[in-house]
Amino acid sequence: MNRDSNVYTFLFATLMVLIVASSLAFTASSLKERQISNVRKEKMQNILATIGIETEREEAEALYNKYITEELTLKEDGSIDPEINAFDIKLNNELRKSYSDQRFPIYVASVEEEKYYVIPLRGKGLWDAIWGYIALEEDKNTIKGAVFDHKGETAGLGAEITQQWFQNRFLGEKVFDSQGSLVGINVSKTNNDPKDLDKDDHEVDAISGATITGDGVTDMIKERLTHYLPYLKQEKSIVALYN
Amino acid sequence: MKNKKRLKTETTSIFFVSKEKEPLLSKKNRKLLTDPMDDNNPITVQVLGICSALAITVQLKPALVMSISVMAVMAASNVIISLLRNLIPNRIRIIVQLVVVASMVILVDQILRAFAYDVSKELSIFIGLIITNCIVMGRLEAFALGNGVWKSFLDGIGNAAGYGFILILVAFFRELFGSGKLFGYQVIPDSFYEMGYVNNGLMLLSPMALITVGLIIWIQRYRNRVLIEKN
Repeated sequence: MNRDSNVYTFLFATLMVLIVASSLAFTASSLKERQISNVRKEKMQNILATIGIETEREEAEALYNKYITEELTLKEDGSIDPEINAFDIKLNNELRKSYSDQRFPIYVASVEEEKYYVIPLRGKGLWDAIWGYIALEEDKNTIKGAVFDHKGETAGLGAEITQQWFQNRFLGEKVFDSQGSLVGINVSKTNNDPKDLDKDDHEVDAISGATITGDGVTDMIKERLTHYLPYLKQEKSIVALYN
Repeated sequence: MKNKKRLKTETTSIFFVSKEKEPLLSKKNRKLLTDPMDDNNPITVQVLGICSALAITVQLKPALVMSISVMAVMAASNVIISLLRNLIPNRIRIIVQLVVVASMVILVDQILRAFAYDVSKELSIFIGLIITNCIVMGRLEAFALGNGVWKSFLDGIGNAAGYGFILILVAFFRELFGSGKLFGYQVIPDSFYEMGYVNNGLMLLSPMALITVGLIIWIQRYRNRVLIEKN
């Protein structure tokens, strides 16, 4: 057959597309389970990291089941929606819904008699999405741990939010002020406390050259926590703890 | 200059069409592997694939994985195109090459995601960008379309190795001077830092990759005078 004829060209193209498409579809679907389980385990690993449990990815699932006692799905008024599995909620999708339809997951952990609340975060960095988890202690105010990740922040600058030294700055900071209103944590460029010794100033030291990513972290913490206010204030009043 | 190089590879490829059976690693075949390491290096001589050489050379590990991935993609797509070289309709050959490269890249990406999740996260979009790596398409068009399977395979491996060699070299210097580490392990002792040594933050930024590549080109041309263009 003439290699330059139109019929041959079309036949070749059709056949090629069919073969390529089916072989790619086959590999994608046969690897899918493994890939999804990687993502799941990474999520568990991140949640565990906020409550101070560092683990390998392979062991994450067992430890997760051991320490995380409850996965709750919260409605806007702070009541629990039993129909939706909290672990499967994708914050990215929730934030696009109308406010009353949004559901937010919260994970309750218990480590050696201590109770922690782990809240997932999602916000905007400079280039793309940033996300993370933040764990509050039993007073629902003091930060036990924070983990951040990002999609495309600048390596060496904004991408440093994934580093331990940055995340450690959040330890012990408080998200509510003494009046009991939410202030969150300000990633501040004018922080006069570079070693983060003052844990009542609601500020951590920012990363030079990563102003917008830092602001993104600030906004993300405040915005996400706002959604949890009804729940956090429900059982125990934070003001009561201070008085 | 780029054109001159392509002409050169084309003449060599015609030269390679010989009838008698030759050993698998004959002198000519070995040259396919060694040539791209020095005389015809894709990065330092042909100045192709610079984009990824800047982007993923901050640390050694991603640079190494990237090199291996590019090698897998290049060898596989060179072999496939070479197998099909008498079947591919001339008018859509670029499209066919793209489809082959793209599907190889997707395969690599999927496999990394399933078996080396951390690395695939680190490389993120750059795996996908192998598709646009000029070296891959360049070798398909200039070599695999006109040569046998085994030679094309060697050519793919050789060029990817030449690319990977520079990538790893650049990453070595960037990680060493930028963060004082190699493969993530601290190699510059703490006592240096106590004496006032500071990591060079500039090394973490892309422009320093370009400068490092420039220095490598300088050293290479100093050593290998054949590469110097005559005006």
